[in-house]
Amino acid sequence: MRRAVLIAIPYVWLLALFLVPFFIVLKISLSDTALAIPPYTPTLDFSEGWTGIKNFFSQLDLENFVWLTEDDLYWKAYLSSVKIALISTILTLIVGYPIAYAMARAPEEWRPTFMMLVILPFWTSFLIRVYAWMGILSNEGYLNQLLLWTGIISTPLTILNTNTAVYIGIVYTYLPFMILPIYSSLERMDGSLIEAAEDLGCSRLQAFWLVTIPLSRPGIIAGCFLVMIPVIGEFVIPSLLGGSGTLMIGKVLWEEFFSNRDWPVASAVAVVLLLILVVPIVLFQRNQQKQTEAEK
Amino acid sequence: MNSEVFAPWDDPQAKPLIQFQNVTKRFGAFTAIDNLSLDIYEREFFALLGPSGCGKTTMMRMLAGFETPTEGHILLGGQDIDPIPPNKRAVNMMFQSYALFPHLSIWDNIAFGLRRDNMPKRDLEERVEEMLRLTRLEQFARRKPHQISGGQRQRVALARSLAKAPKLLLLDEPLGALDKKLRQDTQFELMDIQEKTGTTFVIVTHDQEEAMTVASRVAVMDQGKLMQVATPDRIYETPNSVYVADFIGDVNIIEGRATAQGDESYQIDWAEGQPPLTASSATALSNGQRCHLAIRPEKVAISAERPADAINAIQGKVHDIAYLGNLSTYHVELPNGTIIKAQTANTRRISRRSFTWEDPVWLSWTATAAVLLEN
Repeated sequence: MRRAVLIAIPYVWLLALFLVPFFIVLKISLSDTALAIPPYTPTLDFSEGWTGIKNFFSQLDLENFVWLTEDDLYWKAYLSSVKIALISTILTLIVGYPIAYAMARAPEEWRPTFMMLVILPFWTSFLIRVYAWMGILSNEGYLNQLLLWTGIISTPLTILNTNTAVYIGIVYTYLPFMILPIYSSLERMDGSLIEAAEDLGCSRLQAFWLVTIPLSRPGIIAGCFLVMIPVIGEFVIPSLLGGSGTLMIGKVLWEEFFSNRDWPVASAVAVVLLLILVVPIVLFQRNQQKQTEAEK
Repeated sequence: MNSEVFAPWDDPQAKPLIQFQNVTKRFGAFTAIDNLSLDIYEREFFALLGPSGCGKTTMMRMLAGFETPTEGHILLGGQDIDPIPPNKRAVNMMFQSYALFPHLSIWDNIAFGLRRDNMPKRDLEERVEEMLRLTRLEQFARRKPHQISGGQRQRVALARSLAKAPKLLLLDEPLGALDKKLRQDTQFELMDIQEKTGTTFVIVTHDQEEAMTVASRVAVMDQGKLMQVATPDRIYETPNSVYVADFIGDVNIIEGRATAQGDESYQIDWAEGQPPLTASSATALSNGQRCHLAIRPEKVAISAERPADAINAIQGKVHDIAYLGNLSTYHVELPNGTIIKAQTANTRRISRRSFTWEDPVWLSWTATAAVLLEN
C-alpha cells in the first residue's frame, strides 16, 4: 500500500503539471478564435449534460493545423529555428569543449572554483544578462568602442539586431549546459589511459583524438542535446538581440498569443513545436540510458 | 653445467641493457630517488620491491618516459634515453589499473600500438592473433573490456604491452587486483611468457612473495635508495641489513655486542644473565661493537629438553601458537620478555603436539643459522 502511494505521487505530479496542461493546449489548438474571455470557442459546459459534451466535441477541428501549412511563415520559422539551433549548438561545442577540458585537467583544488565560475552567471537574472549584451553589442556599445579605440575598425560594426548577436547570446547563455556534461565525462576519465596511449606510440594529439574524444562522446552528445532542445523554442534572445530578419518559432508563437490574440493558432504552433522536439528528446534519453548501462 | 646458469650480473663481460647512472629524482622538496645506480641485464626478470612511497614506481615511470631524472642519466642499450618521449621508446608498460581502452574491443586494444606503427594489415592481424594465442584470449577478441573478468583483463593488458615486441616490458603491480589463487597461477604464467618471448621484464611490487617467485633478481628499496640487489635466495639467506631481513619474510632480531672468538666466529652478549650466543660471520666486527642477529623462524628448533649438542640454546615458555595448517609458529617468551618465533612443520597430528601454551621449551640453532648484521 505504502509502495503504491510512493509510486503514485510522481505520476500524479506529472499528470497534473505536464499532461493536463498539454491536453488543455491541444484542446485550444483544435478550437476557433472568438471575441470572448477566454478568446476561443467552444468551451465545455457540463450544465447541458450529454448533448453539451457532444456539441463540444463536434466543434473541434484541425483547421488551425491546416492553416500552419498554408502560410509559409510557419514552416520557414520552424526551419530557421532548427538551423539556428544546430549552428549555435556547434558553436557552443567549439567554445565549451576546450573550457571543459581545461577544467578537468586543472589541479584538483582549483576545480570547484572553476565550476563555481561556470555556474555563477545563473545566479543573476537571465533577462539582465541579455540586456547587458545589448549594451555590449550596440553600435555605441563597449565592443565597438574598444575596437575603434584599438584602431582595428574605423566605423562601428552592426552586430546588435542581427543573427550574429543571436548566436553570441545563445552561446553565452547555454555554455554551462555544454560544459558541465563534457566536464563530468572528462573528469571521470582515468589519466593512465592517455599515458597508455602515449606508451603505445601515440603523440599527444593522436592520444587526444583516439582516446579522449571517444571517451568524452557521451558528454558531448548530452551537452549538444541540452543546448539544442531549448534553443529551438528560444524566445527572449532572438526578440531582444535579433532583428527583424531573425525568424524563430518562439517569437512567432509569442506574437500569435499576445499581438494577434489568436490562441488557437498559437496553441497549434506550440503542439507542432513539441512534436518536433520529441525526436531529439527521445534520442537524448536513449544516450543517457546507454551511458548509465555502460557504467554498471 | 655451471655455464648454463643465467647470471649475467656475475659476468664482468656482460653489457647491461639498462643502466641507471647516479639518478636522482626530486618532486619539489621531496627526493623520490636518491643518487641511485643500477644495472639490469637483457632477458632478466627484475623485481623492484619496497613499501609504498619508496620510489619504485618513480623508477618505472622514468624508464617509461613519463618522468625525467633531475640528475644523472638512464641508458637503454648504451643510449641515453632521457630526451626520448614515451611514444618513441622501445619500452612498453603494463599499467596497474591495466588502462585498457574501454571504447575498443580486446582485439583493437591489442592492435592499438601496432596501428601507430603503420604495420601492414596482414602482419598486424597475424601479430594480434599470436598475442591472443599467447595469453589464451582467442574467444574474447570481440568483447569490450568491461565484458570480461579481472584475470582476463590482466592478460589483455599484458598482450597489448607485449604486442610491439618491446626491448623492455615494465609491469606496475601487475597482479595487485587479482585474488590470491589467481595471482599465484598468473605468476607462473608471467614467468612462462617471459621465457617464451625472451623480453626483459621489470616488475614493481610491494608483495615480497611475488617478487621472490617471479624474479631472477630482486632490488629491495627504501626511501629512494637501493638497500640490496641480489637473487631471491641471497636476499632471503644473506640479507645485508636489518631492514632487508625484516622486509623479506619473517625474522627474529636479537640486539647485542659482538666479541671475536677466533676465525669468523663471534660471541654475542645480548642480555643480562643469559648465556652468550655464537654466530659465524664473514664481515669483520670489532670487539664490543653493537650488532644485530637475524634468525629465520624456520631455522630455530623447538624442543622440550635442552638439546645436548646445540651451540645456541635458550629457554623460554610458549606464549602463543599460530597454527597455519602445514606449519605452526610458536611465539616463545624469554625470561627477559623478548619474544622469539620458531616455526616447525606439522608432521604430526595436532592432537599429538608435544607442547602447548605456557609450557617451558628450549630453542636452539646452529652457529651458521643466524646472520650477523652491523645495522
